[in-house]
Amino acid sequence: MVRTVNDPELPYLTVEEMGMVRGVSLQEDQIVVSLTPTYSGCPATDVISEDIEKAVRAVEANAKVEVVLSPAWTTDWILPSAYVKMREHGLAPPEGRSADRAFLMGQGKIIPCPRCQSKNTTMISAFGSTACKAHFKCNDCLEPFEHFKCI
Amino acid sequence: MTEDQHIQAILRLGDDTLVLGQRLSAWCGHGPILEEDIALSNTALDLIGQARNFYTLAAARENQGRDEDKLAFFRSDRDFQNHLLLELPNGHFGDTIVRQFFFSAFALERYVFLSRQLMDAEVAGIASKALKELQYHWEHSAQWIIRLGDGTEESHNKVQQSIHDLWSYTGELFEADEVDQAGFEAGLLPNLELLRDTWNTRIDDCLQKATLQRPEDGWMQRGGKQGIHSEHLSYMLAEMQILPRTYPDASW
Repeated sequence: MVRTVNDPELPYLTVEEMGMVRGVSLQEDQIVVSLTPTYSGCPATDVISEDIEKAVRAVEANAKVEVVLSPAWTTDWILPSAYVKMREHGLAPPEGRSADRAFLMGQGKIIPCPRCQSKNTTMISAFGSTACKAHFKCNDCLEPFEHFKCI
Repeated sequence: MTEDQHIQAILRLGDDTLVLGQRLSAWCGHGPILEEDIALSNTALDLIGQARNFYTLAAARENQGRDEDKLAFFRSDRDFQNHLLLELPNGHFGDTIVRQFFFSAFALERYVFLSRQLMDAEVAGIASKALKELQYHWEHSAQWIIRLGDGTEESHNKVQQSIHDLWSYTGELFEADEVDQAGFEAGLLPNLELLRDTWNTRIDDCLQKATLQRPEDGWMQRGGKQGIHSEHLSYMLAEMQILPRTYPDASW
């Protein structure tokens, strides 16, 4: 059931594909879903918790969501299927591993345009419509696009 | 370090991030350009998220039936222990960026320590997430300092003035009181003397690139950590707290 819950900010992705679900366990007759938020202040976290509880309670009434902050969520946990879906929806997925400091800050990093695949792109702003995205533009097809930041 | 001091240390982390987050959120809809409006609002959101995590942890540890909202909305100015720098009015864009610049360099280095210390795993968990967010905040403010300082004569003079105006609020960041000292000895909090060195390196490197002068150290403002604030905090809290204090049962 947890697999059916979508991320409200990226509705074409499930919370499982986002790597936010850290596990499902049975603790004294109660189903406990462990969830790790993407950003400290992500307003979607509360909605996601509620959606998961609702979905799980449809089959088993005794369920709760437990927020786990450590280890901190990283874009390294996003599943490969999500990368494909992000590109299909015009969102450039994270590039590289978060452990690489240069990649984290976008230094010397090339983000290909999700529309024309051109590597000739420029960052407009490191902050986008949600905490997890940055603004880019493609210098070839001239389209603006969003990039899911590596964190 | 006593249990009370431990909780106080966590509360202070929440107070710093909540007060600055609240201040920055006032830029929403008022940024000089759309991208900046979004950037400052995103930054505010990160900080308020960090505050929520610290408050929730502090509330669980003190176990007095309070929660994050009680700590944010039902404490008075004298109970807040944030650094004075963070409660100052936003001023113009340059003032806000300089405050971000000073605080992000400090918070980034503080989170580096907090994420690695082994004394409190839950604080380390919150800090390791916050650290990644602060990388972006620091980079954002440092780029603006260079752009404004090495920009036009007007932007250079304005941001240089902001640096002078806010400099006397930077000393408090590195002044250890009993809680800081106990936290340092217990391995929970960083050595503020060492933190000052890494902070200086960050600030000096960037100011040099920006062709800006570092002010002489003079008399420094202090008192935030003891709850002795400027008058600005009380007005800010009044605005922030009026709804839950007037209608304690209000819900979305």
